[in-house]
Amino acid sequence: MDTRQELEPLLNADLLERSLEKALDKGGEFAEIFVEDRKGMSAVLDDGRVEELTSGRSRGAGIRVIVGETTGFAHTADLTARGIEAAVDSAAAAARSGNSENKSVKLGTENKNSSTVQIFPSMVEKSKKVALLTQANEIARSQKEEIAQVSVGYGDSRRRIQVANTDGLLASDDQIRTSFSVSCVAAGDTGLQTGRESVGHTIGFELFDEIDVEEIARKASQRAVTKLGAVPAPSGEMTVVVGPGGGGVLFHEACGHGLEADLVGKSASVFAGRRGEMVADPMVTLIDDGTMSGEWGCYAIDDEGHPAQRNVLIDKGELTDYMWDYLRARKEGRPSSGNGRRQSYEHLPMVRMTNTYLEAGSSTPDEIISSTEYGVYVAQLGGGQVNTATGDFVFGMTEAYLIENGELTSPIRDGNLIGNGPQALLDIDAIANDFAMGSPGTCGKDGQGVPVGDGTPTLRVGRLTVGGTAA
Amino acid sequence: MALQRYEWADSLLVERLLEMSELLEICEQIVSKAADNEQIEAVAIYSRETEARAYEGEIESLTAAESHGVGIRVVKDGRQGFAHAGTFTSEDLVETLSEARDNLKFATPDEFCGITDSDGMKPAVLDVYNDELGKVPTEEKVAMALELERCTREKDSRIIGVESADYSDSISESAVVTNTGIYASSKETGCSLTTYSLAEENGETQTGFGYSIGRRLEDLNIEKAAVDAVDRATRMLGAIKPPSGRFTVVLDPWVSAQFLGIVGGTLNAESVQKGRSLFAGRQGEEVAHPSINLVDDPTNPESFTATSTDGEGLATRRNVLIENGRLNQFVHNSYTARKDGISSTGSAIRGYSSTPGVGVQALAVTPGELSPEDLISQVSDGVLVQGVSGLHSGVNPVSGDFSTGAEGLRIRNGQLAEPVREFTIASTIQKMLSDVNGIGNDLQWLPMRAAGVTLVIGELTVSGA
Repeated sequence: MDTRQELEPLLNADLLERSLEKALDKGGEFAEIFVEDRKGMSAVLDDGRVEELTSGRSRGAGIRVIVGETTGFAHTADLTARGIEAAVDSAAAAARSGNSENKSVKLGTENKNSSTVQIFPSMVEKSKKVALLTQANEIARSQKEEIAQVSVGYGDSRRRIQVANTDGLLASDDQIRTSFSVSCVAAGDTGLQTGRESVGHTIGFELFDEIDVEEIARKASQRAVTKLGAVPAPSGEMTVVVGPGGGGVLFHEACGHGLEADLVGKSASVFAGRRGEMVADPMVTLIDDGTMSGEWGCYAIDDEGHPAQRNVLIDKGELTDYMWDYLRARKEGRPSSGNGRRQSYEHLPMVRMTNTYLEAGSSTPDEIISSTEYGVYVAQLGGGQVNTATGDFVFGMTEAYLIENGELTSPIRDGNLIGNGPQALLDIDAIANDFAMGSPGTCGKDGQGVPVGDGTPTLRVGRLTVGGTAA
Repeated sequence: MALQRYEWADSLLVERLLEMSELLEICEQIVSKAADNEQIEAVAIYSRETEARAYEGEIESLTAAESHGVGIRVVKDGRQGFAHAGTFTSEDLVETLSEARDNLKFATPDEFCGITDSDGMKPAVLDVYNDELGKVPTEEKVAMALELERCTREKDSRIIGVESADYSDSISESAVVTNTGIYASSKETGCSLTTYSLAEENGETQTGFGYSIGRRLEDLNIEKAAVDAVDRATRMLGAIKPPSGRFTVVLDPWVSAQFLGIVGGTLNAESVQKGRSLFAGRQGEEVAHPSINLVDDPTNPESFTATSTDGEGLATRRNVLIENGRLNQFVHNSYTARKDGISSTGSAIRGYSSTPGVGVQALAVTPGELSPEDLISQVSDGVLVQGVSGLHSGVNPVSGDFSTGAEGLRIRNGQLAEPVREFTIASTIQKMLSDVNGIGNDLQWLPMRAAGVTLVIGELTVSGA
């Protein structure tokens, strides 16, 4: 049972120390044990019925042993001394060339972080979670007769982690996330259209004291119905205004990934070697902040045991720093920035974003729109993708409108926008004062997904290519 | 070669290797706990993976992964509950079963809900498991990654680096047992090479990737993967933004496979029954150019995703989805089939952590007669697309609208011309299928649920400068 009482550590310090010593014995220069215990549940209502509730549990340890430039990695679901030992052997097999030394490992005082949630989701009756689904479904369906289908999802997860390494680090964290989403299909003369709205926070069931599921249902439903009247999106280069909240995806793709030290180190980023340069107008300040309490991408420690930080990436237009994990930072003789993350104990950590956001500016959203003669206003963004080496990036629009003579006019159909990161940053020419965080996201990199948040005020990019079909 | 500096263990794998029979036993144990009026399905998987990544002549990382898990589905009185665990301890299995039972209490009853019984069809005997792969010394796998990286780096002086060069393989086994008569297992092996090159000229960087897949080490072709990665990067050097307009677009096999995967996603009966497919109600109608035959055949051992049984333990089979441009059928699992009063098409897809969904498993367009070169020679003004991005954000599989980032080469008077990038291609899935006016003879199986073949689309909107 989850309780507020002191939780037992996942593995005891003695076993961790002995296992780390063993990794060094086998020739490792550095070794790390990452332990994870994950529990979660989800519930789905679709096509008018509660289809299923799913509960899941997984736990295990991932072990890294580093010699020179080589990392050996193995994981096990067996958390007994024997299981850990076998995984250490496997991971250390890559380290055989190193000098075997009888070094002792003494772990320091544990940096122990307890969850600050008010209501542990696992303590809440399942019937209460199901009632939220039913409530949202009814509201979404009752909004408009065009609503043909509704799907509602609830999810909660608890992820306890513990990290120990041969530098003496010992840290643990207890991460609880709760999310809710509504997706609607509207049917009309123009075919089918979709609308979606989701929320997710690193908090417990108190999420539902803060948000109104009926409001989420109304937004999703309205979005789908509005799009029934959508015209084909325009095609070609034009001015693009991005609304508050979801615009963070633009920064996540346009420059966020390019500021990850692992890609920079491999010259696979257009931002390599550009620290100290002006990369945007002085009104642009971009921050990645893993400490933003309650946000989807926040945590106390990253998956290498280092505290989350607030890192200023672009300060008044100047590229100030990249994001770092421990491996890359250690090589450079600098501290980690707390961005070493992994999907699970079965994965190696790498540099990842947390909550990435653009600071508010001084214009009002109305000023920005009314001073735009023609272009596209993107109210909700979908996902995106970037090639960090070339800087070319795309992001999807899932609710957007034409701007004609300074006013929002017709809704437009879904599509992608494409641009080049460094150029898009330079082309930002207005930022408003209406900052908001966006929807919860999952960022994918090298096959691993991790929860991330993002946020922006309304902003304008002078020129991006809108990928529609209109002539 | 750097290899000699290492002394690899023969196998990095933990000695505790599971046998197939153990997976079936675990499933049987769970199912034996079924109470009266209760249907239980247990699915268990076990996989071992090795991945070696080379960087600048060294092994950057070597991963030995062993994963397993179990999923338990319980159906009673038309309600379904599910739970899963990433461990096989008896304590966890007991808790997982009890969670699944508890979860079903909250589901809405549904007369079609149920666990499938056997349909009597025998699974195909497929040559998709190669015992030897598990015995190959790690040293050999590491050597392939290093060689792949070296080969990619040295092919062209404009290659300034290799972002990653990976060897990876997997041996996976799965079992499904129910108290309704299903007792099935399957095992597959696969290995692959992938490499991403970085080419630079005049301060501009371009990337390209190459791959090779197979079921045994001998199937892998380092040279082909390296040449592809280098060609794809170097031919993009100097790329400009194309003008906006409507063009004939040639999709290369890597790109067409990704689009076919999306088309496949709209042809599953769950989407159709729930009103989320643009093909709902169109069975028997012409939905594509008459030259299109679209077949999902997981019993074809050439396919990298071939499997003899589906996620519910039923035999997989060959399903013709589009025949001469007409929509022939959708793919079904047992639930969607019961709802439509027909038989499952053996198309349940799932991992151990989810209930069975429905989907294509090895989709391919029947190849045509002409080579890609012949097809290109017939295009007077167009674009060859070699890469797309943002498929997850720019394709709406419900409305059919799509718009994706793209890169490739212009085609002028039947010849490949200058490289182009930072543009999108857009249309609707419906229109694109009707606009296909050329199918290549170059069918390629890829590490995904669809095969690729060169496709010529008569008209797509290109958005660029």
